[in-house]
Amino acid sequence: MIPGVDGFMYPNEVELQWSILIVLYPFITGLVAGAFILASLERVFKVEAVKPTYRLALLTALSFLLVAPLPLQLHLGHPERSFEMYLTPHTSSAMAMFGFVYLWYLTVVLLLEIWLDYRADIVRMSQTTTGITRLIYKTLTLGSDNVSPAALRIDDKVGYVITVIGIPSAFMLHGYVGFIFGSIKANPWWSSPLMPVVFLFSAMVSGIAAVLLLYMAAMKIKKLPIDMRCIDTISKYMFYTFVIDFTLEMLDLVHRTYEADESFRSLDFMVHTRLWGSHVLLQIVAGTAVPLILLAATQLRRFSEAARKVIYVIACSLTLIGIFAMRWNVVIGGQLFSKSFLGYTTYKMDLVTREGLLPAIALMLLPFPIFFVLIKLLPPWRHNEASGD
Amino acid sequence: MEMTRRDLFRIGGKLLVLASAGATLEQITGAEPAPEAYRMADHWWGMIIDIDKCIGCGSCVRACSNENQVPTGYFRTWVERYEVPEGYGNPIVTSPDGAINGFPLPKPTNLKAFFVPKLCNHCADSPCTQVCPVGATFVSPDGVVLVDKEYCLGCRYCVQACPYGCRYLHPETETVDKCTLCYHRITKGLTTACCENCPTQARQLVDFKNPKDPVHEFLRNNKVSVLKPQMATEAKVYYKDLDGAVR
Repeated sequence: MIPGVDGFMYPNEVELQWSILIVLYPFITGLVAGAFILASLERVFKVEAVKPTYRLALLTALSFLLVAPLPLQLHLGHPERSFEMYLTPHTSSAMAMFGFVYLWYLTVVLLLEIWLDYRADIVRMSQTTTGITRLIYKTLTLGSDNVSPAALRIDDKVGYVITVIGIPSAFMLHGYVGFIFGSIKANPWWSSPLMPVVFLFSAMVSGIAAVLLLYMAAMKIKKLPIDMRCIDTISKYMFYTFVIDFTLEMLDLVHRTYEADESFRSLDFMVHTRLWGSHVLLQIVAGTAVPLILLAATQLRRFSEAARKVIYVIACSLTLIGIFAMRWNVVIGGQLFSKSFLGYTTYKMDLVTREGLLPAIALMLLPFPIFFVLIKLLPPWRHNEASGD
Repeated sequence: MEMTRRDLFRIGGKLLVLASAGATLEQITGAEPAPEAYRMADHWWGMIIDIDKCIGCGSCVRACSNENQVPTGYFRTWVERYEVPEGYGNPIVTSPDGAINGFPLPKPTNLKAFFVPKLCNHCADSPCTQVCPVGATFVSPDGVVLVDKEYCLGCRYCVQACPYGCRYLHPETETVDKCTLCYHRITKGLTTACCENCPTQARQLVDFKNPKDPVHEFLRNNKVSVLKPQMATEAKVYYKDLDGAVR
C-alpha cells in the first residue's frame, strides 16, 4: 500500500508532475487578460464610466504579465533550455506557442499601449524632474518628445488600433492557456473544447475583480474619493461576465454528468472526496454562488454607497479565491486520479523546495512590488486626480 | 570475337586471383569485415504480448531496471495483476513496486485473474511527441518513441499527454525518461532486456517491416488488441486475448 494512494494508480502516476506553480500560471495570466479587457472597455467600447481604472488596469496587467513566465521557469527541470522554445519550436505543440504569444502580448500590446498612453506624461516629467529621475524619464521617451496636439492625436489613434488588436490577443493569451489543458485527450478532466472558453471568461472575471479591488485600495491609500459610478459599472460588467462563466462551467458539468462516460464515476468520486473542499465549497459555493448572489443583489436593489463598497470588496475577494480554486482544481485535480480510473493519489506540497508553497507565495506577491514601482514611475491618476482636485 | 575454352579459363583465372587478393588484403590489414549496417528505414519495431503466458514473475521489470539503470520508484515497464468480477464492477488491480519482485501468492478467489505486462506502446501517432514544445521527444524512423535528454526541458507536458502512464521525470537528470525499447540493443541485432529475460516468452520484440518476423503469423492467427484503442494513438504493442477490463 502506497501512502496517500487509494485504489490503483499506474506506478509512474503516484507523484504529481505539475505543482502549485502551474496553478499560478493560468491564474496570473488570467488576471493579465482580464485586466486588459477591462481597460479596453473604456478605450474601444467607449464605456466612459470605467475611465478612472483604465491606466490602473494596464499597469496591473503589466505587473502580472512580467511575473507570468516565472512559475513556468521555476517548474522546468532545465530552465536554461527554455529559450529553445523560441529557436526550435515544435509546431504541433500548444505549449511551444507560449513564448511567442507572451512576447507578442508583452511588447506589441501592453508595453506599446502603455507607452503611447503615457508618452505625454513621460515627456512632461522628463522636463520637470532632475537627476536620475530625469534620466529615467528621458530614457522612457525613447527620443520622442514631440507632444504637439497633432502628435498626441497620432498617439491616440495608434493606441486605439493597438487596443483593438489587443482584445483578440488577450483572448488568445488566455484561451490558449485553456487549450493547453483542453487538448489533452488522455485526461478526461481536462479534455474539453469548452476549456479555452471557460478559461477566458474566468480570466475576465478575475482580472476585473483584481482591478476593482486595486482601484478601491489605491483610492483608500491616497485618500481620494472612490468614483461610485465607475465601480458600479465595473461590478455590472463583472456580474455579466460571471454569469456567462458560470453558465459555461455548469454546461460542462451537466454535459459530463448526463453523458457519464467511462471516466465519470472516477471523476465524480474525486469531486465528492479529495476535491470536495476546493471544488464544491471554495470554487462553486464560496467563489461563485456567493459573489454572484451579492453582485446580483446590487443590480436588483439599491444599497447605500458604503454598503455597495463592502459588497464589492467581499464579492471581488471571494471571486479571486474562487478563480484560484478553479485553477487549482483543474491543474491539481486533473492529476489526482489515475488514467486507469481505478485509483487516486494525493498532492504533497513541499514548503521550501523549488516548487513548494513559499516560492509560490513569493511569486504571487511579486507583482505587487512591481505594481508599486510602476505606479510610482507612471502614476495612473490623471494630473487633476493626483492633486485631489 | 569468338571466345574459346582457353579464353574462358584465362579470364576466370584472372578474376579468381583478383578476388583472392581482395580477401587477402582484408586479412593482411587486420580490418574486420564491414558489419551489416543498421538501417533505420528497414525496421518498424513493436512488441507482442501473450497475456496467457505471463506468470507475473517480474523478471522483465528487474531486467529492464538493471539494463537501463531505472531509478528506484519509477518504471519503464511494470506488470499488473487483474482480478475481474462478473458484471460491471471495477477490476481489482495490483502492481506492488511495479512487480519488480513479482507478486505475493494471491488468496484463492473465484475471480478471473491474469497478469498484464505494460510498457510504452511506441505509438505511431503518439500524443506525447505531439505536445513536446521543442521536439525533444520524437518517433524514430524505425518506430521507437525516444527522448533526447540533452534537449528535454523537463516541462512534463508529455507525461500528462501519455494515456498509459509510461513516462516520468528522471530525478537525477530532471528530464523525462521512458522505455526506449532497449534501442541500444535492438540496433545491434539483440532483443530487449525484458524480452530476453522473460522465462515464458510472453513478450516478444517484433519488426513489422521484416516479412519473416513471426509477428505476421501472430497477428493473422490470434485475436489481438492494443491498450485504450479509443485513444487512436496507433499503439504498436499488441496483446493477445486482451480482456476488456484492462485499462
